[in-house]
Amino acid sequence: MKPQNYDGLFLAAGFLACWEILHLLVGADVVSAPADTLLRAVSLLKGRNFWHDAASTGIAFGYACLIGIAGGMLLGLALGLSRFAGDVADPILGTVYSIPKITLYPIILLIFGLSLTAKIAFGVIHGIFPVAIFTMNAVRNVAPVHRRTAKALRLSPMATVVTVLAPAAIPEILSGIRIGIAVTLLGILIAELFASSSGIGFALIRATELHSVVDIFALTLLLFLFAVAINTLLHLTERRVRHDA
Amino acid sequence: MNLRLTKVGLARTAVVIGAFAALEILCRTAVIPRATMIPPTEIAVALWQILVSGKANSDIAFTIVNTLAAIALSIVLGFWLGAALHAVPRARRAFEPLLSAYYAVPVFIFYPVLIVAFGVGRSALIAMGAMFGIVAMIVNTMIGLDRVPRVIAKTATVMRLSPLRRLLLLRLPAAAPHLVTGVKLAVAYSVIGIVAGEFILATAGIGKRIAFGYQDFDNRTMYGMLLLLLILVMVVNGGLSHWEKRLHRRFGQQ
Repeated sequence: MKPQNYDGLFLAAGFLACWEILHLLVGADVVSAPADTLLRAVSLLKGRNFWHDAASTGIAFGYACLIGIAGGMLLGLALGLSRFAGDVADPILGTVYSIPKITLYPIILLIFGLSLTAKIAFGVIHGIFPVAIFTMNAVRNVAPVHRRTAKALRLSPMATVVTVLAPAAIPEILSGIRIGIAVTLLGILIAELFASSSGIGFALIRATELHSVVDIFALTLLLFLFAVAINTLLHLTERRVRHDA
Repeated sequence: MNLRLTKVGLARTAVVIGAFAALEILCRTAVIPRATMIPPTEIAVALWQILVSGKANSDIAFTIVNTLAAIALSIVLGFWLGAALHAVPRARRAFEPLLSAYYAVPVFIFYPVLIVAFGVGRSALIAMGAMFGIVAMIVNTMIGLDRVPRVIAKTATVMRLSPLRRLLLLRLPAAAPHLVTGVKLAVAYSVIGIVAGEFILATAGIGKRIAFGYQDFDNRTMYGMLLLLLILVMVVNGGLSHWEKRLHRRFGQQ
């Protein structure tokens, strides 16, 4: 375990060194220095504007995750429990999942207008499909012997879902939720970059238009750290659930 | 089995056609106003007119050339990086968490950084597309090389092949099914990166045309180009999925 930790540190140090060298090579108006960027990130965190944008992004992200996960799980459960419906829907879901959803944002904007709702809707169409696909497969892949055991024990349908199906399917569903949350964040940020009036993505595009390199790097760094933190948290949860199950 | 398959296929066709028919009716009866969406049949006609007039040809070519460049970059670099990491387990262990978390980070947030570095234009878009695609290729290359049967490595030793020939002549074909999975994902991700880039800030391209149509209230152009993009993506994706399935079947599950 120990040497692995050191490897991580080496990696981080190497990354910072490359960044610094790149900065020295191409200059501060293209790549800002790591130290400057960190200082700017800290000062952003202290300012009120940043938190206004972060709250705007956070609210949209939260709602989109809730709707996407709930909707995706319901859809996946419905399609997973019926073999026929699952067979019919499987390739359709796969195709819809693979199209670049950014192209659909103008349609969302035409429907909902330039609003929080549009942002949430765009996040939802990103997140709902991976959750639905993983849930569907999780329910379909529950070993037949588990179902037969439930039948042999004469469990009620409710008890079957709670004590047999759920524990067997939840680890896989959690993988879907992890991916769903990641792409929902991507969706919200792309929506803000393309057209919005507040949010971290909006701050990022404003910094780009003002050619404020250090702001761009600081915001990117903060978003990066936020995404990594969420992903790590979900990974840990997933691992715990897998151990318990 | 066969009967069931056709039944599933029929139901699927019915679902898709039904969805389009419902959309058509909703648009025709103005439940969905024209300002929001034009009927699907009109979208098809609009696309046909755009293609015949040739006014979007340069944008279409711009996007296709950039996408091909990004795909080529991510596949070639991704394969070599994947092979290199596979050869050095220690480096691989260090990079593994980074690679597995990569797609959890909205990589697209680096686009402004790329614009600062390359300026608005082809290079920034190609770099964005390659950044999206390359990690899928790296990861799948490593998975593919992991699954190469030991007997093939032994054969290489018996034949005294150099490491490079061993990689290219034996392990590359043996890992082919997983490499195709990597290629499929790299293509899908590169397209997303490039079209998203064109949407946000670019000088030309299909994505730029769609965004421009939206800002101009030009629904015929917007929906027409959207349809074109969806058709292109579905055809390429369907073709690659088909190829992938065939390879997996041929090489069996190892």
